[in-house]
Formats: sequence, C-alpha cells, structure tokens
Amino acid sequence: MGKIEWAMWANEQSLAAGLIYATGGIVGVAGQFRGWQFAAFGIAAGVFVCLLEYPRSKRRKGTSVERTGQYCFTVCVKAFGPLTRNYYVRAFLHAALCVPGGFMLATVLGCVCLGIASLIYLSAAIHGEHWEPILPRTEQPKSVGNSIKEPPQNPPPRPPPELRRKKVDKLETAVYDNPMSVTINE
Amino acid sequence: MGNFAANEGLSIFVILVWLGINAFLFVHFYMAFLVDRYYYTRVILGHALSWARAPAACLNFNCMLILLPVCRNLLSFLRGSIQCCSRTAARQLDRNLTFHKLVAYMIALHTAIHIIAHLFNFERFMDSQLMINNSHLPYVLSQIGKNDNRSYLNPIRTNETSQTIVMFTTIAGLTGVVITLALILIITSSMEVIRRSYFEVFWFTHHLFIVFFIGLVAHGIGRIVRGQTVESIIVHDPKKCHSKFETWGQSGTDCPKPDFAGNPPMTWKWVVGPMFLYVCERLVRFYRSQQKVVITKVVMHPSKTLELQMKKKGFKMEVGQYVFMQCPSISQLEWHPFTLTSAPEEDHLSVHIRIVGDWTQALYTACGGDKTVVLDAWTLPKLAVDGPFGTASEDVFRYEVVMLVGAGIGVTPFASVLKSVWYKHVQENKNVFTKKIYFYWLCPETQAFEWFADLLQSLERQMTEKDMRDFLSYNIYLTRWKDAEAAHFRVQYEAENDPITGLKQKTRYGKPNWDNEFSAIATQHPGSKVGVFLCGPTALAKALGKQCISHTESGTEFIFNKENF
Repeated sequence: MGKIEWAMWANEQSLAAGLIYATGGIVGVAGQFRGWQFAAFGIAAGVFVCLLEYPRSKRRKGTSVERTGQYCFTVCVKAFGPLTRNYYVRAFLHAALCVPGGFMLATVLGCVCLGIASLIYLSAAIHGEHWEPILPRTEQPKSVGNSIKEPPQNPPPRPPPELRRKKVDKLETAVYDNPMSVTINE
Repeated sequence: MGNFAANEGLSIFVILVWLGINAFLFVHFYMAFLVDRYYYTRVILGHALSWARAPAACLNFNCMLILLPVCRNLLSFLRGSIQCCSRTAARQLDRNLTFHKLVAYMIALHTAIHIIAHLFNFERFMDSQLMINNSHLPYVLSQIGKNDNRSYLNPIRTNETSQTIVMFTTIAGLTGVVITLALILIITSSMEVIRRSYFEVFWFTHHLFIVFFIGLVAHGIGRIVRGQTVESIIVHDPKKCHSKFETWGQSGTDCPKPDFAGNPPMTWKWVVGPMFLYVCERLVRFYRSQQKVVITKVVMHPSKTLELQMKKKGFKMEVGQYVFMQCPSISQLEWHPFTLTSAPEEDHLSVHIRIVGDWTQALYTACGGDKTVVLDAWTLPKLAVDGPFGTASEDVFRYEVVMLVGAGIGVTPFASVLKSVWYKHVQENKNVFTKKIYFYWLCPETQAFEWFADLLQSLERQMTEKDMRDFLSYNIYLTRWKDAEAAHFRVQYEAENDPITGLKQKTRYGKPNWDNEFSAIATQHPGSKVGVFLCGPTALAKALGKQCISHTESGTEFIFNKENF
C-alpha cells in the first residue's frame, strides 16, 4: 500500500465515529431508553471526539487540505502538546471512550466505529506518524500600492514597447493583443 | 439560458425522477404498515414500525441502483448504441460516478433513519416484555407463541435478556451491524482526501461491498417483522377484539388468540438483477484482461514520462478513450487507468505514463527505465489491458467547430484526437465533418509534456507541407515562468520559432482571456454548434461552463463536455 499515512484514514473514521456515537446518544436520551446514562456519556464522548478530530493533521508529503474553519480547533488541539501529538495516546483514548458505548444498544455502533478508528490510529502510531498542526504562512504578501505606477511583480516576458507594436506582415505571430495602441510617446 | 437547459436539462430530469421514486416508495411503504394486519405490532411499536419499513424500501431501491453506474463495460455498450440517436443522452452516461455517489449518500441517509427507528423498536419490544402485568396489552401480546415459538409477535422472547444480546443473536440484528460497519468503512475511505492520495486503500476497502450485499440479502431471512396472519385476521378482528384481550381464546368469546408470522425476505428480488450484471461485468473485465498484450516499444521521455507502445489482438478504440492496465508482476490486484495517446488509425496502442507513485515507479523499473542497455523483448513484463472505455472526447468529430482545452496532464486525451485528425486528412477523408479545431494548452511548464510538444511540431511540419495551416489553430499558454527565463524570452521575441517549444506559433504567457476567445470564435463561425472539450481542473470547468452559457446566442451554440477522471 505504499506510503500511506494511516492517520488520514483514522481521522476520517474517528470523525464519523464521533458523529455516530453522539447521534446514538441523542436518540437514547431523547427516547428515554433504559440505560440512558450511557447514552448521555455517548453524547459527551462523541462531541469530544469530533472536536479533537476536526482539525486535520499536516501531511508529511504533499499538500494538506484543511477543513473549513479548522484554524481555531487547530490552536486548541495544539495547546495540549504531546498529548494530542502522539497517536498512541489517541488510540488508547478512543479505545477507552468507546467501551461504555457497548452497554447500550443505541451507542453500540458508535462504540464499534470508534474502536476501529482506535485500531487504525494504533497502526499509524506504529508507523511513526504524529499530528502536526496546519498553520497559516507567517510572511505577509507585499501589499500592492494603490498607484498603478507600481510595475507588476512578475510580469509576462514582454519586450520593450517599441518592439511590441504589431507589424502588419507579422500579424499572425503577434503574441500580444494590446487593447490600446502602444507608441513611444506614452 | 437556453444552453443551460441543453447542458444540464437531462441531468436535472434524471435526478428529479430518482428523487420522486424515492419519495413515492417512502410514503407507500409507510402507509402499507398502517393496515389492520399490523395493528397489534403497532400497539407495541407505534409509528416506529412504519419509520423503519419505509426507509427499508428505499434502501432496496437504492442498493439496486448503486451497482449499475459502475458497470463500465455495460455503460460503454449503451453509450455506443445510444450515440446514433442522441448525443445528449450519451453524454449523460459520462456522469455515472456522480450518480453513484448520490445514490451512496441516499443509502447512508436511509440507513440512519432505519437504524434510529429500529432503536426505538427494540426498546419498545424490550419494554413490553419487562412490564410483567397481565392487564397490559403489550405484555399479553409478547406472551403469545411462548410454547411453539412459531406464532409469536415479539422477537424478544424472554425478559431475561437485553436488546444488545438479542441484536447479536438474531440474523437480522447481526447482519445489520455487519453491513452498517461495512458501509461506514466504505464511506470513510471514499472521502476525496483519501481517494486522491491513497487510491489503494479506497479500492481495497470498497470491496467490502461484497460483504454488504451478502449481508443485505441475508438481513430479512429471520423474518423478524411480524404481523397477523391472513387466517387469523378472518377470525380475529383487531379493531373489535383489542379491548377484550384478557379473555382471548377462552370459551364463549369470539376472539381466539391471534397468530403472527413474519414477512418473507424481499430484498433479494430487488438486488439479484444488478448483482448478476455486476458479476458479468467483472467476468468481462477478467476475460479481456487475459488477452495477450505485447509491448512493442518503450520510450523514455524527459521529465519522468514513460511511453509504452503495445499490440493487442482485436483491440479497437475511438479517440480520447482510456484503458485500465495491470501488471501482474507488480501487483495482482491493482488496475490503473491511463488515457490512450494513439489514434485509431495507428496499428498499435500507446499510453504515456507519468512516474508519480509506487506502481508507476515499479513499472518504470520493470521496463528497464533505469538501465542504459537495450532490453530484449522477452524480458519486458507481461501486461493486461482492459478497455477501451469511452469518454466525452469520442464526440469530437460530431461537431463542425471544436474547442479543445487541456490543462497540464489533461492534454493527454487530445494527443489521440490531434493524431486522428491528421490521419483522417492525410487519407483525404472527405467525410470528416469537423472543419476547424481550436486547441488551447495551459501548463505551468512544457518540459513535463515535451512529448506533446514534439507531436505538435511534427503536425505543424506536415500541415505546412500540405498547405493546411488553417485547419488547426493551437495556443499554448505558459502559466508560470522564472525571472531568468523571462529575460531570455524577451530577447528571442523576434525569432521565427518559439524559444520554448520550437513551434511557429508563439507560446503565450499567463492565462487566456476566455471572453475574447469565445467571442472571436462566435464571430468567426456564426450559426454553428461548437463543441467545447475540457480535460482539466474543476475551477476551469466552471469558468468554461459559464462562458459556454453566456456566449451561446442565436445561431452559435457552445456545448460543454468535461472529461471525467
């Protein structure tokens, strides 16, 4: 399977598991099922897992695609340092969180999904992966002056104006379609 | 506005019909469980019964549909047959993957509704077993069939169990859990991020659909949805007898004990057809892959591009099609799609492969890419080729005027088109309907596609010889350049051939002004249908789609076709 980063799949799986865990919990509490206390725990655990898993990690190779609005979550998750960086911790955490879900029917599915996510995270940890925050680039782009007298930063390669005038016999090969005539006096 | 209908009308119609059928099935099966047969079932479950059965019917329908859009060979065959009648209908089949995803989302939605309703059902069944009170109708109903275990209503047979245990010990419950897990794993590994980066994970996990379908068919075998039997309804009318439940079956009443039975499984009737078609599809793919493929030539192009020329007996293709290739010595299970870069008029088939991942790297090594000596033909690896499969480029020659836009690697299918165009003209085929081709190539650097620039050079030479320079008008746009190179280009402005590509047509810098281009073409060709073909990123597709819609005026009609990879 080549250079797969297991953590990326584990992340998708655990996010889905968190949603399923929370939904099962909501059904259990709203329907006032027996064992609704487990369902209430399921809601809390599901929401917690979703918040933890929402920010995607930076990939080791290639471009990382952020989820919409994940920056604030990234900052929160980053604040916990090694606890969130290390995938062994995450694998163990998910395994622990999923256990109470097995005691009630409504949260069983969330339990199993979170358990699978925990196993994939374990695989990621064994392969030496860890969580890296995606942070915006720190250097600001140079502000473009309002005046159009500032030349563009990387203009297309153009020869000086005297050569840019279209010659009649070379109309076909002329590369530039000047919207206004270019003369030496301008 | 009119072009919007031409471009999108059929898609919208298909989606509306599909949604309509879903809605109809939902409502119909909801009402079907509100009849007298299920009166006593509803006494325990309430409307949760209908809320579980309605999405089940929709699930049957959607699981039937989901296998059809991925039967590539069947779709190719349909496409070929429909093309003579309607170009629009044939183009609709290009959107098969979009439809497959839509149906998958619908399956996920209905699964969620179905599961939530069943959570309530299980809870209520358990409740009625635990409420041990002979004056409570649900409890009385749950005791029916205790002796023979046949005519019971409540699938939870005793009060010394829990829903979770029952779920894992009934066929319906167990298969339900298994197939839901399979579905969740399939969905999470099909997310775009995973699919684009680690195709193998997506492909292998997707094969859990086999588990899904087996479990789906087995899901109803236990007959867990129970209603009153037909014979029982005749002698025991629930509307009259429900209040007299304390005296059922006793002598002197006209209400004997009701009998219940389960509904036979229905799902297999829906899915057996598509499952059979899909099995045939895989068999066809396997058979085609067993046909012998001989590599006749291996060319190493600069910038890590490998060209393979092959021969396969009986292989026929059209322009712009793609094939799936497998190399058993690298991987038994991996098939990768590649666009064909040869023209139908040539005697071999060729693909240009960019070396970007594990599989392509291994192929490069196996074909002797890193060796400098010439390899003997018998040392080259065995290959299997499945295809060709049709894409939108097939339609190119049905338009009088054609705009081809290729971005980066998207230029590949157009290699086949341009070569074929040239062969057709060389053979002086007066039946060629296409009169003018405008070709736009946008790329960050031409080095990666030097092989394509070579092709254009040779075409240019041949066109000049035959005095046919007007037929093909091509424009290359370089979207990135370095400062040092820019200085060189400025100096070379006056040279006859372009400094980068060596072509007579000069390379342009930056992105094309599509408004101008479309207007110019519309003015040049009033009253014609112009086919616009794009192989490139979605953003460009949106931009071109908008241009097509806005520049279609009375007379000139721009019709947009996007490649789908």
